[in-house]
Amino acid sequence: MTEFTSGTLTGKNLHLSFGHNHVLRGIDLHVEKGTTASVIGPSGSGKSTLLRVMNRLIEPDQGDILLDGRSVLKDNPDELRQRIGMVFQQFNLFPHKTVVENVSLAVRKLRKLPKDQAHAEALEQLDLVGLKHKADARPANLSGGQQQRVAIARALAMKPEVMFFDEATSALDPELVKGVLALMADLAKGGMTMVVVTHEMGFSRNVSDTVTFMDGGVVVETGPPEQLFTAPETDRLKGFLSDVL
Amino acid sequence: MDLLDQLADTFFNWEEMAKVIPALLMVGLPNTLILAVTSGILGSLLGLLLAMMAISRNAGARWAARIYTDIFRGLPAILVILVIGIGLSPIAREITGNRNPYPLGILALTLIAAAYIGEIFRSGIQSVEKGQLEASRALGFSYGSSMRLVVVPQGIRRVLPALVNQFISLLKDSSLVFMLGLAASDREIFRIGNDAMANTGNLSPLVAAGILYLVLTVPLTHFVNFIDTRLRTGRPEKKEPDELAAPIGKGAQA
Repeated sequence: MTEFTSGTLTGKNLHLSFGHNHVLRGIDLHVEKGTTASVIGPSGSGKSTLLRVMNRLIEPDQGDILLDGRSVLKDNPDELRQRIGMVFQQFNLFPHKTVVENVSLAVRKLRKLPKDQAHAEALEQLDLVGLKHKADARPANLSGGQQQRVAIARALAMKPEVMFFDEATSALDPELVKGVLALMADLAKGGMTMVVVTHEMGFSRNVSDTVTFMDGGVVVETGPPEQLFTAPETDRLKGFLSDVL
Repeated sequence: MDLLDQLADTFFNWEEMAKVIPALLMVGLPNTLILAVTSGILGSLLGLLLAMMAISRNAGARWAARIYTDIFRGLPAILVILVIGIGLSPIAREITGNRNPYPLGILALTLIAAAYIGEIFRSGIQSVEKGQLEASRALGFSYGSSMRLVVVPQGIRRVLPALVNQFISLLKDSSLVFMLGLAASDREIFRIGNDAMANTGNLSPLVAAGILYLVLTVPLTHFVNFIDTRLRTGRPEKKEPDELAAPIGKGAQA
């Protein structure tokens, strides 16, 4: 498999409000190059918003985002997002394009590869997620698990330095979750820098290098998984873990 | 029986029909198609622009699109055609040196069609899930590229039936340019039928014109139903269960 050119990603004191709703209240998140950080917490705690702020789909009101130690807030946000792949809960594949076109579109238009080369690379990515044989199918004719693996291939085809997963398995039928999680674990082992917002406590505990527990727009606890899962310090995290485990 | 014969002669006088058919087909049909297709294409382009303005983050653009749409959707087509066709003819003559009102008829039909098509496009584009724009932007596409490559094509696909309906309506409304007094070679289906009716005092030429309109519009109506069904159900294809085990781990050995 390809060696990733991973980067270290840091969010510093990130704030965001929607009107009177203060969604992020000074979040710090540091993801060392080649490691996986999982972000857990109850719904509405700002986890998904944090991802969108860190790739500037939503601009933060305050704070800084560093990639490899350099602030990226002044960069062109489109170029920043080419360096950060993102996988969504609802897959968000482009239904009007075939599976291979979904993967090759950005390769062709943004990495500016010629059409046949982009197609070949897209097929290669699809092969890595085990769906080369579905190249010419439409996304609607794939199962949820297959769609999500195509979405991962689509993001990886841009050769990102960091990958974001926004509850990537929450919309999947239980029997399809395993396949997608295994693929994500493979990526983590392969040295990709990843930020994984998840409700899968097993994944968070076994695969990630650090776990960050968010609640009410702040980071309540952060540290290695053994520490958070076996010796939670705060009542909020204890309460959350007793609810979900 | 006399009354029935008289009715038959009024509406279905084959002789009068036969006389008008060559002109209907050779002059009327091409002109109707030129009027409808040209204004349909130009109206779609202008309509797409209006739709992009209507969903733009720029309030000025939104307002301009809103006002335009309100005006041209709110006025009777015949009024717009007359006002544009007569009102702009001195300017058109100045610019082109041509007194022919035909291009102005196309312009008026275009302006009307754009208002309706703009609303059709807007509703289609807005019906595309937010996640599509988000996913495209997350890949690194700009707002413009995302709209062009991902959102707009899906939006347009969804409103194809409504778009064909609009074209049917345009095909019929193109008859209204007869008000502008076109040269004999520029007359469309309705005007030719109407002229023949006026000359003969018999309705049959208009009935023939009507039949020709139906020959154009009825297949289109059924085409709408066809694409509508196709868009809803897609091409029949089989779903397969997820093959879980096979692919996993393949990429692990970095």
